[in-house]
Amino acid sequence: MDLQFTADEVAFRHELSSWLGSVIPHLPAEPHRDDWIGRRAYDTMWQRMLFDAGYAGINWPREFGGRGATPTEHLIFLEETERARAPYVGQNFVGLLHAGPTLIAEASAEQKAFHLPAILRGEHIWCQGFSEPSAGSDLASLSCRAIRDGDDYVINGQKIWTSFGHTANYCEMLVRTDTEVPKHRGITWLIVPMGSPGMDVRPLRTMEGSTEFCEVFFDEVRVPVANRVGDANDGWRVAMVTLSFERGTAFISEMLQSMELAHDLVALAKRITRDGASAWDDAGLRRDIGRICAELDALWSLTKRNISQAQRTGLVGPGGNVFKLAYAELRQRLGELAMHLLDRASLSIDDIGELPTHTHVHGRIHALSLGIAAGTSQVQRNIVAERILGLPKDR
Amino acid sequence: MDFELNGDERSLQNGLRQFLLGRAPMSTVRANEETGAAIDRDLWRALADMGVFSLRADGFGMTEAVLAFEELGRALTPGPLVASHIGAGLATLLVPGASDGSSIVGLLEPSEPLTVVEHLDSLDRLIVLRADSVHLVDPREIEAERVARPLDALTPVARVSALPEGERIGGFVEAALLRRDGMVLTAALQLGICLATIDLARDYALQREQFGRPIGAFQAVKHLLADMLTRAEVARAAVYAAAVNIDGRGESTGDADLLQGARAAKLLAGDGALFCAKTCIQVHGGMGFTWEVDAQRYWKRACVLDTHFGNGDHHAAAFAAAI
Repeated sequence: MDLQFTADEVAFRHELSSWLGSVIPHLPAEPHRDDWIGRRAYDTMWQRMLFDAGYAGINWPREFGGRGATPTEHLIFLEETERARAPYVGQNFVGLLHAGPTLIAEASAEQKAFHLPAILRGEHIWCQGFSEPSAGSDLASLSCRAIRDGDDYVINGQKIWTSFGHTANYCEMLVRTDTEVPKHRGITWLIVPMGSPGMDVRPLRTMEGSTEFCEVFFDEVRVPVANRVGDANDGWRVAMVTLSFERGTAFISEMLQSMELAHDLVALAKRITRDGASAWDDAGLRRDIGRICAELDALWSLTKRNISQAQRTGLVGPGGNVFKLAYAELRQRLGELAMHLLDRASLSIDDIGELPTHTHVHGRIHALSLGIAAGTSQVQRNIVAERILGLPKDR
Repeated sequence: MDFELNGDERSLQNGLRQFLLGRAPMSTVRANEETGAAIDRDLWRALADMGVFSLRADGFGMTEAVLAFEELGRALTPGPLVASHIGAGLATLLVPGASDGSSIVGLLEPSEPLTVVEHLDSLDRLIVLRADSVHLVDPREIEAERVARPLDALTPVARVSALPEGERIGGFVEAALLRRDGMVLTAALQLGICLATIDLARDYALQREQFGRPIGAFQAVKHLLADMLTRAEVARAAVYAAAVNIDGRGESTGDADLLQGARAAKLLAGDGALFCAKTCIQVHGGMGFTWEVDAQRYWKRACVLDTHFGNGDHHAAAFAAAI
C-alpha cells in the first residue's frame, strides 16, 4: 500500500493547478442560486473553458473526446478544482457523468457522433427521467408508458426529481414498453428532446425553497424510434451499465467542502460565546467535533481505497455503498452540530449578524437529501448486506 | 497511489491468519480461560518466530505490522502483544528477549482513579509509560492485588498499590513515539475485532431460522450487519492510512499529522470494535448473552483495548484540540 502520487500524477497536478490559477481570477461573478437560466450560461461557459483547455470529460475515453484520465488523476482534478474554487460541474452533471457514459457504452455511432461532442463542449444540457411518483427505491416498477406507433414512440405518464428539467436540451429516460413481462424486462432507454410537444415541465419546490427539481408530465409525446439506445425492452441493462462507470469519485468535491466546513466550525466555536464563555470551552462540543473531523479524515482515506480499487479492477465495488452510507450519516452529524453551535442564529437560512449561517444551514438541509438521493440509506444497507455479506434477499 | 494491499502484504496477512487458525484457534483461546489465562509461552515464542514482535526491527514497516495485528485481533490472541512488539521494535527501547519471545513484555500507564496492570503473573518485564518518560520495571517488584473476576477472562488484571520507579529507558521523545505507535497497533487489534464479529454475526444470521426464514433475510437484522461493515471499513481506512503515513509512504510526514492519523485510527477502530461487538451480541439474541458464544469475548476485549493509550473520548478531545 502507498498513498504517494507518481511523478506523472504530480506533473498533471502542477499543469492543472497552473491553468486554474490563470483562469479562475478572470471568471465573471456567479449567478444567484435560483437564477437557473443564468446558471446554465455560467456552467456551460465553464464547460467550454475546460474543453478548450483539454480537461473536458476528464474520465471519458480519449476516442470519444475525453481525457482518458485514471481514477487517481480524476481525484487530483477534483482536488485541484476544489482548491482553486473553480465552478462545479453544475448543470453539466447528467450529461458528463451519467448520460454521456451511457451513450459511450451503448449508443449507435450516429447517436454518439451527434451527442457526445455537444456534451463535452457545454452545448447541450441533459436531465434524467428515471424516477416516478410510484417508482422510487423500486425503480424497475416504473410505469411511464411508451407505445410504438410506426417510427415513433408515443409517451404518456410522469417523471419526478428531474434536476435541470427546465433548462435541459435532452432527457435520458426510462419508459415502460412491455407490461406483460417481469418488470425489469419491459423497460426501454430513450433520448427525449426537451420541449417536445405534449411535455409539461413543472418546478418542484424543495424544502429549502429552491427549484432545481422538476416534475415532467408526458401527454402523447412523440419520440422517434431512432432515439432509442440499446434494444427495445433492454433499457434496464442499459441503465445499469452506467453504474459501472462510478469510480469512487462521486463525492470528492463534497467531501473536501465538508472537511473545510468542519475546520471552519472549530474557528467559529472559538469566537462564539455561550453563557459568558467561549463555546470552545465546552468539552462535549470539542469531542463531537473531534469525532466528526477524525471520521472525515478516515472517509477521505476510504475514498482513496475505493479509487485504488477502481484503478486496479475498473470497478469501485461495494466500497462505494459503504462510503455513501457513512458519509450521509456523518454529514448530517456535522450539520446538526453546526446548527447547535449557531443556536438561534440558525433560524436564518441566509447569513445573519456576520455569522456564516447560510453555509451551515444550507449544508444541514442539503445533508437531509444525502440519505435519500441516489439510493436511500436503507437501500444501501440492503445492498451492502446482500452483495457484500451474502445475506438472503427478502423479496 | 495504490491504497490496496500488494501481493506481499496479502501473503503476510494470509500466512499469519492460517498460522493462528492452526495454532491458536478459538477452541484453544477458550481453553486458556480454564487455566487462569496464563500466557502460553510456547505460543508466544511461535508468534515471535512468525515475526509478530520483531517485524519492524527486521526492517518491515508499520504497514506490515498493522496487517499482522489485525489478524491477532481477529484471532483474539491474548497477551501484551503491542507492548512486546514495541519492546522489540523501537531501537532506544529495546527490551531484552522481547524480540524472540523469550521475555513477555507488558506495558502500564499509571492511571486515575487507580492503576491496573494486565497479565502481571505472566510478565518478565514491564514497560511503564509515564507522561514524559518511559521506564522498565521488574514485575516481581510490583505490589498488586489480583482481581478475582476480570471483565475479560483472558486478560487477568491486578490493582497496583506500589509501583517501583524502575530503570529510565526513554524521555519525552520516546514516550511520545511509543504512545503513537501503541495507538496504531492497538487500533489494528480493534479492527480485527470488528472483522471477526462481522463474520460471527453473519454466519449466525445465515444459519439461525425464525418465522421459517434465516434471520439474515430480515431487513432489521441485515441493516445491523451493514452498519457493522460500514464502521469496520471506515476504521480500516483510518488504520491503514495511519500506518502508511508513518512509513513515509503517504502525503503526511510531519509529526503532528502522523499523531492525528494515529488518534483517528484509535478512535474509529475503538468505537468501531465496541459497536461491532455489541451488535454481534444483539444479532445472536439470547445466545449472545451466554458464556458459550464468543460474541461476549470480543466485546470484553474491545472494552479492554479501548482503555489502552487513551479511550475514544480522550482521542476525540485530543483530535479537536490539535485542529
